[in-house]
Amino acid sequence: MASNTASAKESDCSCLDPAEVRGDFPALSRRVGDYPLAYLDNTAATLKPRQVIEALSRFYAERPANVHRGIHLLSEEATDAYECARAVIASFINAPRPEELVFTRNTTEGINMIASCWAMRQLKPGDEILCTVMEHHANLIPWQMVAEQTGCTLNFARVLPSGQLNLDDWHAKLSPRTKLIAVTQLSNVLGVINPVKELCKAAHDVGALTLVDGAQSVPHMGVDVQDIGCDFMCFSGYKILGPFGIGALWGRYALLDQLPPYQTGGSMIHTVMLEKTTFAEPPQRFEAGTPAIGDAVGFGAAIEYINRIGLKRILAREVELSRYLHERLAEVPGVRVVGDYYPGKPGIASFAMDCAHPHDIAQFLNEEGVAVRAGHHCAEPLHTAMGVESTTRASIYLYNTEEEVDQLIAALGTVREIFG
Amino acid sequence: MDLKTLYREIILDHYKKPRNTTPLEAPDREARCKNPSCGDRVLLSLKLDGDVISGVALAGTGCAISQASASMMTQAIKGKTVAQAEAIRQAVRAMIVEGQPADQQALGELAVLEGVAKLHARVKCAMCGFSALEAALEQRTDEVDMELDESLPSSQRTGNI
Repeated sequence: MASNTASAKESDCSCLDPAEVRGDFPALSRRVGDYPLAYLDNTAATLKPRQVIEALSRFYAERPANVHRGIHLLSEEATDAYECARAVIASFINAPRPEELVFTRNTTEGINMIASCWAMRQLKPGDEILCTVMEHHANLIPWQMVAEQTGCTLNFARVLPSGQLNLDDWHAKLSPRTKLIAVTQLSNVLGVINPVKELCKAAHDVGALTLVDGAQSVPHMGVDVQDIGCDFMCFSGYKILGPFGIGALWGRYALLDQLPPYQTGGSMIHTVMLEKTTFAEPPQRFEAGTPAIGDAVGFGAAIEYINRIGLKRILAREVELSRYLHERLAEVPGVRVVGDYYPGKPGIASFAMDCAHPHDIAQFLNEEGVAVRAGHHCAEPLHTAMGVESTTRASIYLYNTEEEVDQLIAALGTVREIFG
Repeated sequence: MDLKTLYREIILDHYKKPRNTTPLEAPDREARCKNPSCGDRVLLSLKLDGDVISGVALAGTGCAISQASASMMTQAIKGKTVAQAEAIRQAVRAMIVEGQPADQQALGELAVLEGVAKLHARVKCAMCGFSALEAALEQRTDEVDMELDESLPSSQRTGNI
């Protein structure tokens, strides 16, 4: 890849200019020692715009009441705000009905919900779950637990040296014994996009259910659950400008309606007698106890913020800056990006450096104001499969700039100077 | 001293040229330690002459902090009695794990690791070699896993970083 700064700056009118939004993110004004913060750890968590912070603050200032029960103004407003957020988020992923969106703490909890409410109860020896080796631990360990408890078999489709899913291997491991596929749409390490529409179709053809880990794809690609055709999709709020502590599980209504509750208690019941209880319909059935109302409202505000700017413009900009990031990384001697670049790759670049350990790299990048993540990124089997001990990961979002990528590259120069 | 200077001058020197790497013939003690989430590994061998550590050998892989700390440790304990080596280990622990000011006299060159106390994710790197020393002195042969080491606060040994 030949590169120069100018080419990446070619303006495309469909692209977001980060200058438009940077003022919305208070954390971008932080300094790290003598350096401005270059926040390149967006795959782990994004920064929050003041519109989200204000939505949280407004909620707590004006209507900090419980939902779904109070017959008073503040409770009605809180309920409205909570259900409005649900509708906004459901619509963002093109869910047919808002009731199909269950609020969770995060992606992990959504996956555990399906593992607990469906897989633990339905699967038996001889049944199979098919994952890929590129799964985040959140979409791996719950299935290990299911396999251990139920005696079913857990299979993993391999990845190619390029980082792409080995589709031959995946199809070879899919069979009528497969009862569930659980697959990430966008790898949090490789930046590889899996053809989930094709995978879900093939899985349905053999009678399997399909769960897509959308933790990265919802913020970095945008998803349409109807187009994908999956049965369940899990994602998190804090990776898409929202607050921590809130995420969502989307599921087809007919499927959700067949599932037993995840936790039990208040808010998820229909009638309670001392000896027996009937449960509420989805989504309340899966939201036992008082939910994270304020965080849900903040999550909704994050999606509204994205809608206002336009997801397409955000993604076009991310792809443009991703190209620049990969071009610049390719210029640094001794840097190897794990997962080949391809046009349109979202802004996730995990790399190994021949001269230094990722933790030392991250430490030195921090010395020059650059925030990245180092380690396994919760995907240890994937690192093993790719033949690297661990990596340093730079990941971008709508507010990042070419200058911040340049700051990363300069800091990598320091690392080379010191360790090389 | 800022982190950069510290790394450059001493840690990097030890990382690039670890001391006492010649394997011992017939060591009296051997102990291993690892940080699974980082990939740090240390193998420490000791030769004992009565109560005195007369020979020490280090083999290891991993980040600069883990390897440099282990290398400095080998220099600090060589020729010392077991009790002196244990006192050095305790002084390092007090400085890095508990965040106490460096005891320059007890620590010598090892005092450069003082700044690591503030870097929660790196504490276990700096302690890897010392945990191997502890295991060697206690004649434990199973590999120590720093991330399961309950003598570290849980915030300092969390895996998966």
